[in-house]
Amino acid sequence: MERIPILKMGRYLLVTIQVDMHDRLALALQDDLTTRIVDASAKAVLIDISALEIVDSFIGRMIANIAAMSSVLDAETVVVGMRPAVAITLVELGLPLKGVRTALNVEHGMALLKARLLMHDEEDDDHPAR
Amino acid sequence: MTILHVEEQPIRSSEDVVRVRQAVRARAVQSGFSLIDQTKLVTAASELARNALEHGGGGTMRLELLNDGIRRAVRLTFEDHGPGIADVALALKDGYSTGGGLGLGLGGARRLSSEFDIVSSPGQGTRVTIARWR
Repeated sequence: MERIPILKMGRYLLVTIQVDMHDRLALALQDDLTTRIVDASAKAVLIDISALEIVDSFIGRMIANIAAMSSVLDAETVVVGMRPAVAITLVELGLPLKGVRTALNVEHGMALLKARLLMHDEEDDDHPAR
Repeated sequence: MTILHVEEQPIRSSEDVVRVRQAVRARAVQSGFSLIDQTKLVTAASELARNALEHGGGGTMRLELLNDGIRRAVRLTFEDHGPGIADVALALKDGYSTGGGLGLGLGGARRLSSEFDIVSSPGQGTRVTIARWR
């Protein structure tokens, strides 16, 4: 079966969705990402959806699930590059993606994740015994 | 009102749902829809195609291009021969779902369309028609 590739870069996982995903492909990505977060000890996940022409309730739910699962696994997720027409449609559909961190583009998303990781590291330094 | 074009798409797999989206997108572009209107129509079509597949056991989409002399529209009719819906008003409520979904499909598709009609009864399948004018 086809798969959406997941790239590892240090503590980051990077995903760029560049195809119109059918539902099983979206579910496979959700499973693969959760597994990779653990296997790679990743602390941050960046998902670029700038190529997605629509986000319907299924893909929206997948994005929210990935954010929730990665948070349980002690990793931060940021979704970047949502098109304005997609954002308008999502809200009208009734799915405002609460609890999902977003950024305008990859650059802003990476800056946000870096800042979060830095904060995370400092917290660890404050409590070396933990 | 003139019907300029009619086509049908089968909905039997999740790949067919993607094909439905692509067909609707192509006709919305051809009809001169704005990017936001295209996106709303394609998203509504995706929800209804998935409903026909998941709840109706598969079905068809009929796509029609309409012209009333002044404006153009894309009208989509999703039909399945599944178990049907006992309480249509309840099914249209956000958050109500008999599947594993979020229950946003029907209500969301209605909000994203300029016209919405649903005919369903238990054992008779379901037919949902939406249209968007420009």
